[in-house]
Amino acid sequence: MDKIKLTIDNKPVEVAKGTTIFQAARQVGINIPALCYMKLENLGVENRPGACRICVVEVEGRRNLAPSCSTDCTEGMVVKTNSPRVLNARRTVMELILSDHPQDCLVCPSNGQCELQDLAATLGIREIRKVDNAAVSTYRKDYSFSLKRDMDKCILCRRCESMCNDVQTVGALGAINRGFKSIVATAFEQNLSDSPCVFCGQCVAVCPTGALTRTDDTGRVFKVLADPTKTVVVQTAPAVRAALGEEFGLKPGTSVTGKMAAALRRLGFDRVFDTDFAADLTIMEEGTELLGRIGAFLKGDTSVKLPLLTSCCPAWINFFEQNYPDMLDQPSTAKSPQQMFGAVAKNYLANKMGVKREDLVVVSVMPCIAKKYECTRKEFSVDGNPDVDISISTAELAAMIKMANIDFVSLPDEDFDKPLGESTGAAVIFGTTGGVMEAAVRTAYEVFTGKTLDRIDFKEIRGFEGIRTASVDFNGTMVNVCIAHQLGNARKVMDGIRSGKFNFHAVEVMACPGGCIGGAGQPYHKGDASLLKARAQSLYREDADKPLRKSHENPYIVKLYKEFLGKPMSELAHHLLHTHYFDKHHKI
Amino acid sequence: MVQIKMHLLVCGGTGCRASESHRLVDELNAQLQLNGLAEEVKVVTTGCFGFCEKGPIVKVIPDNTFYTQVKPEDAEEIVKEHVLKGRKVGRLLYEDPETLEHVSDSKHMEFYQKQVRIALRNCGFIDPENIDEYIVRDGYAALGQVLASDPKETIDLIKKSGLRGRGGAGFPTGLKWEIAAGNKADQKYVVCNADEGDPGAFMDRSILEGDPNSIIEAMAICGYCIGASKGLIYIRAEYPLAIRRLEIAIKQAREYGLLGKDILGSGFDFDITLRLGAGAFVCGEETALISSMQGSRGEPTIKPPFPAQSGYLGKPTNVNNVETFANIPPIILKGWEWFNSIGSEKSKGTKVFALAGKINNVGLIEVPMGTTLREVIFEIGGGIKDGKRFKAVQTGGPSGGCLTEEHLDTPIDYEHLTAAGSMMGSGGMIVMDEDDCMVSVAKFYLEFTVEESCGKCSPCRIGNKRMHETLEKICQGKGTLEDLEYLENLGKVIKDTALCGLGQTSPNPVLSTMQYFKDEYRAHVVDKKCPAGQCKALKSYVIDETKCIGCTLCARNCPTEAITGDKKVPHVIDQSKCIKCGACYEKCKFGAIQIR
Repeated sequence: MDKIKLTIDNKPVEVAKGTTIFQAARQVGINIPALCYMKLENLGVENRPGACRICVVEVEGRRNLAPSCSTDCTEGMVVKTNSPRVLNARRTVMELILSDHPQDCLVCPSNGQCELQDLAATLGIREIRKVDNAAVSTYRKDYSFSLKRDMDKCILCRRCESMCNDVQTVGALGAINRGFKSIVATAFEQNLSDSPCVFCGQCVAVCPTGALTRTDDTGRVFKVLADPTKTVVVQTAPAVRAALGEEFGLKPGTSVTGKMAAALRRLGFDRVFDTDFAADLTIMEEGTELLGRIGAFLKGDTSVKLPLLTSCCPAWINFFEQNYPDMLDQPSTAKSPQQMFGAVAKNYLANKMGVKREDLVVVSVMPCIAKKYECTRKEFSVDGNPDVDISISTAELAAMIKMANIDFVSLPDEDFDKPLGESTGAAVIFGTTGGVMEAAVRTAYEVFTGKTLDRIDFKEIRGFEGIRTASVDFNGTMVNVCIAHQLGNARKVMDGIRSGKFNFHAVEVMACPGGCIGGAGQPYHKGDASLLKARAQSLYREDADKPLRKSHENPYIVKLYKEFLGKPMSELAHHLLHTHYFDKHHKI
Repeated sequence: MVQIKMHLLVCGGTGCRASESHRLVDELNAQLQLNGLAEEVKVVTTGCFGFCEKGPIVKVIPDNTFYTQVKPEDAEEIVKEHVLKGRKVGRLLYEDPETLEHVSDSKHMEFYQKQVRIALRNCGFIDPENIDEYIVRDGYAALGQVLASDPKETIDLIKKSGLRGRGGAGFPTGLKWEIAAGNKADQKYVVCNADEGDPGAFMDRSILEGDPNSIIEAMAICGYCIGASKGLIYIRAEYPLAIRRLEIAIKQAREYGLLGKDILGSGFDFDITLRLGAGAFVCGEETALISSMQGSRGEPTIKPPFPAQSGYLGKPTNVNNVETFANIPPIILKGWEWFNSIGSEKSKGTKVFALAGKINNVGLIEVPMGTTLREVIFEIGGGIKDGKRFKAVQTGGPSGGCLTEEHLDTPIDYEHLTAAGSMMGSGGMIVMDEDDCMVSVAKFYLEFTVEESCGKCSPCRIGNKRMHETLEKICQGKGTLEDLEYLENLGKVIKDTALCGLGQTSPNPVLSTMQYFKDEYRAHVVDKKCPAGQCKALKSYVIDETKCIGCTLCARNCPTEAITGDKKVPHVIDQSKCIKCGACYEKCKFGAIQIR
């Protein structure tokens, strides 16, 4: 490959042709600041509109300053990233951005998480010059179950637009109006809830300021915890344990399962359970459904719908209902683990504990904000009482722990409560892309072939590529699977299925980069893809360390079927653990 | 066949049509009919003559008699006197503003004498709705010549001619074509940028209205040279007449086999479609234009990739401005040496300008590069209106700079204008006189760029707004010396950091006026005075006791009852009540009201 030599801040640098000044500078330890530029390596996620103009640098011989994020290095280039001219320009532009930004950092939901705030500190901004009564952008606030839009805080970095349009192909957000009145909004300025938004929250996950934030439900949780008439149980999704530690300064990828259980108990939850239990249950139901469909297909039933699509991800389900209403019988009818847990808790656990349904409160901790929306879906409640009452994100749990004065890092490791706290390694990897498929294959193989697996790790399914395919030998029957993460990739797969180009038996879709570990409820990745990989590795390690690694081996699952449900896909299981989908084409 | 003895050319440009030139045409035809002259005298609706100040224009061929401000009612006299009896209608002839004498024909008008019309060669001569008239004046001959030769030769010829982009940036056209030609692709595009958006500018509109075929021919030539079979003209929807004439011209060219499959038997296919812009100034920037044509938000994208690499629909695209294209056919027919011999050292050929402001001959002109501002303003433009003093000239559209008396001998070309702190731009030229307040002028232009910023990059979106607010503050008399420092720094940073040409030039009016009219700015902030008397907040009306006779007229006309005084006793204005409407000033018959 062609190499280019240049000088950045008097340091000689050699880079490959096509490297930007921004990237080249990183290679020699010069971190040029930027607000709009964001890239997740190897995930096809990039935002590079050249809009914020913070990353400008001086290039010898060039008339104006160059945006380093979008200027390629050339041979012999002499770059200065911190000359007085650059620093003055950067500070002036920063001042401009701040001059149209509310000065309410102290009460902003992004306080302490805000890239704009950090940069203002780095650049040493002490004063924001502007005339008295200078115009400031004002726009109505927009609240939804999952996220909140406060566009007054928007700096038009356009990251949300890139995520929504290019990465997710949802198309809910786009810039409207011109000049100073420009704003990122929905079409016809609808409320987000009425727009094609699927609540994946990836816009929130990349927002550098407090313009797009998660809906905060911590207050509701504190309130029920303090209510003596309520029994409050909590479930935590697999991806949460891989990221929660980051909020307390632990290295990305540190698994904090035990400390998390301890913290939840100290917060006052009556029972601390695990969504992983429900993930194992999902595999029982979904795996049985898959084998049923494959079996029928092999017997020559041409009406059977293949591939089976996973249904764990609520943003994906929204996306599916809006874009593929002609294929409504294609996804698995199995509810997501969160909702399976809720159904089991309210219909089985409540009885077991001797608590009335309306006095049992189910709280979920999720890496996701679409889950907040999911638990409000009407089909997931009985007489107005939802199966899952409140869903909070990983970040909200961290906030609660901090508010409750709990020194998280020094907590001892504790176990989840029984019976809904027991899980296998198969459930743990639900949190990363390919995990559901791998878990399903582990169980489906053994059920289908009646043999024990020689190997448990299906490495061919793992990885971070957007679309992955593999063929698994089920004792002579080849089962073709496909894994897609990020909805744009899902769209490619779905369009191929619809047109008959692809023939798979099963497809796993997760809306977020890397699966749930990259969900919008997690601590923000801030463009660092290595962080997502560390989280995935953490889950795979936990899986490997588990004594039980196949869902059908979970003793409490076996017990649940024996005591209550009968067998997978039984009438009761169907009633409690399965759902149906709606045509939401009108939303797009 | 009846020999046509005389042609009456009537301007059918947008300006003259607004003054009912189309009715004039009907009336002339009716009068000719009435007098039995319809067979031998032909009325032709042409494109713009450029002399818009005195429209509607009627030019008589062969004697070049140039009638100005002709009304439909004048048709009878023109036909009866001039056509029938050969006597010129004196009252309709152009009157020289200096000598006050009537000028018998266009050849003797200073307005035209200094002009060299290449891009405008056919405007005002031919009927733009009739392709035959274009062909008669060597139209499509260049295309025929090019199609019979190697594209490389033509690109080479354009390169040697020294033609540079007339949209403002001045990028060498031949080089642009060469880059586009060098990029391999299954499909390439030729785009004509007709999104003329500078306030007061109408160069491109006039060319499209007056000579649409020249653009079609040049685009086909470009298509052949770079290997594109599709052309797109991005034109503002606010130019309905230009759009109609382009549509007619495209249709006729297709009928003649000059567009479409296998043009002139060469095997080369080329066709053109129109894209109507929605009126955003920034869409004149080529990447924003492409974005808009693709149905996306009209905002610029980062370069590279340049359109020549990845433009419309991701394919190599060559974007040229209307005037640039209009220069192509003559260069091919007359040779690069001819074109290269016109103009200044690095800027070759001519440039079309829309002259406007406080100048006698408002209109459209085309002059060789290197012509001085003085020649344009005082000779072609006929000097400043009402004998006032010249103060400044703003070139380059809303983001150009203001130049002063000391720059009057500056040759007009890319290099000199930029060196002086302004720019060529697409050809707007607005003249200001002693009554213009330069702070207000800067504020006016900035208001335009604030409105027209696409909002993508922070310095342009917020910076221009802040500059405008600061100028507003200064005009309100609330400015400080720190504000001037703030403005200067902000202006420089915006120029240094903005994403596209719009933002990189938008502070020019402010920075150039701050440089050349420093005292005027200081007067606003230090003395709280507007020397030109334009800034309302900075002027006060006072009554000169020695002149006031106490007639009470001013008091009776004051809407806020700010003026008091007994009859026959000098009156007084209560400054706290005065809203500075100027009613007293207008009404006073004794010159007793003074502005301070």
